[in-house]
Amino acid sequence: MTNIAHKLRVAENLRLTSRTWKMVLEADHEGIITAPGQFVNLEVEGKFLRRPISVCGVDGRRITLLYDVVGEGTYEMSQWPVGYVADVLAPLGNGFDPSRSGDSPLLLGGGIGVAPLYQLARELVALGRRPVVILGFNTADDVVWEEEFRQAGAEVYVATVDGSRGTKGFVTDVPACTDPARTYFYACGPLPMLRALSDSMPIGGELSLEARMACGFGVCMCCVVQTADGPKGICKKGPVFRKEELIWK
Amino acid sequence: MEMNVNATAAPARDLSVTLSGVRLQNPVIPASGCFGFGYVMAEYYDIDCLGSISIKGTTLNSRFGNPLPRTAECPAGMINSVGLQNPGVDKVVEVELPKLREVFHQPIVANISGFSVDEYVEACRRIDGAEQVGIIELNVSCPNVHGGGMSFGTSCESVAEVTRAVKAVTTKPLYVKLSPNVTDIVSIARAAEDAGADGLCLINTLLGMRIDVKTRRPVVANVMGGFSGPAIFPVAVRMVYQVSKACSIPVMGCGGVSSARDVIEMMMAGATAVQVGAANLRDPYACPKIIKALPEEMERLGIDRLSDIIGCV
Repeated sequence: MTNIAHKLRVAENLRLTSRTWKMVLEADHEGIITAPGQFVNLEVEGKFLRRPISVCGVDGRRITLLYDVVGEGTYEMSQWPVGYVADVLAPLGNGFDPSRSGDSPLLLGGGIGVAPLYQLARELVALGRRPVVILGFNTADDVVWEEEFRQAGAEVYVATVDGSRGTKGFVTDVPACTDPARTYFYACGPLPMLRALSDSMPIGGELSLEARMACGFGVCMCCVVQTADGPKGICKKGPVFRKEELIWK
Repeated sequence: MEMNVNATAAPARDLSVTLSGVRLQNPVIPASGCFGFGYVMAEYYDIDCLGSISIKGTTLNSRFGNPLPRTAECPAGMINSVGLQNPGVDKVVEVELPKLREVFHQPIVANISGFSVDEYVEACRRIDGAEQVGIIELNVSCPNVHGGGMSFGTSCESVAEVTRAVKAVTTKPLYVKLSPNVTDIVSIARAAEDAGADGLCLINTLLGMRIDVKTRRPVVANVMGGFSGPAIFPVAVRMVYQVSKACSIPVMGCGGVSSARDVIEMMMAGATAVQVGAANLRDPYACPKIIKALPEEMERLGIDRLSDIIGCV
């Protein structure tokens, strides 16, 4: 049995770009997050449902999140001062499997989907792998976490839809994405990006899905995806699925 | 999580209730659709502290359910439009119930829905034989499917027809789960009772809708959905009160219950047992917290035996 209810203290809450914020939550003990790619579900005052947010990094008792302010709930989160005690469900979701990566895996992030790839990159480097990270954004002003990935020891490329930074286009337009030396891929981003990768990538991989959730821990069936093994809850059986599991409609 | 509900109360307060001969150690039952098939929740706490569990709405055949998004919210509640996603009654009996049985050792409530009288009958017949099923809950009130669910629960004739047909092929107590989306819930409740129902469960969700004002589109893909949560609690209390005064069969009260005090209020309105729905989705520990708080709340209100207050208003 795992207690998934925690009170975590906000240690940092900073605006990084016009839309993206970084929040560091501090626990009184280590080990709450057990795999890269898991998420937390945050209670927000005035909202009945929680806000599910991917874990970007884990450093001892500190859990780092990146989040976009897209509505009232995430706006409310952006107003939490340092010292605010958040009601948090964690760990949620399965997470990525670093053991499948091979020597030189690709990590493909779109927008705020770059967040969960960071802890994965660090764990891959620790395992002696050489991760190649491609970060895709709409425009140069949206680019986040590029330097952090580089400092973690990854080879990093950036693509922007408007060409204002790095390769013009999507992550798939970066030549490193189609390099035959790549052994496996891990991706997180908007559904159209994940679907395109699922259809086009010749190598095996894992995709982290996003959906509007109610519970976040596998009982309400509000977030589901069709898989080869029947419908599965994204929050509990995912958010990470292997490419061959998913059936896109 | 430590869950010995009577350990701290001296003298021990009696939380037990009986529904048509099925004894529950306490009246708290997670509502259908808010607890899956139960065993997932056993990863988070010892679910044997619960009175019973109403399983995810089950149909004769497997269903994927509605397109996503399936949920929306407001400050005091939420909308769902899952659309009865479930693996079908045979898989439920062969796969899901045995998994639940490993972690929950008390009678369960089997929530069954359908799209024709024959489907209800066949699904109920197949789950009736499962030993751990204590009560069958006939769901004639799901608002999220077309041509089934709620359409059976909005006329006295169809409620009576499906109740009578299912009663003829089942051995377990049959509780009919009623929709609040009707003009006169008392007449529907009476129709179920007259057709042989052993009990009633109310209320299912209220039909609701939210619109994304930026995109000018409904938030939920299926446009409308079932509205639940604390906002509907007064509606549920009112309907449980009306129905329990008019009928002589036991009622499971459901709708917006989120605290021990809510449980007591619902029982005073006439409920013998109380289902907890949306509260589980916001706080996975909602039910054990309620059960733990019940003896303290009883002490404060001078209640020795919870069953004494049923319908006391």
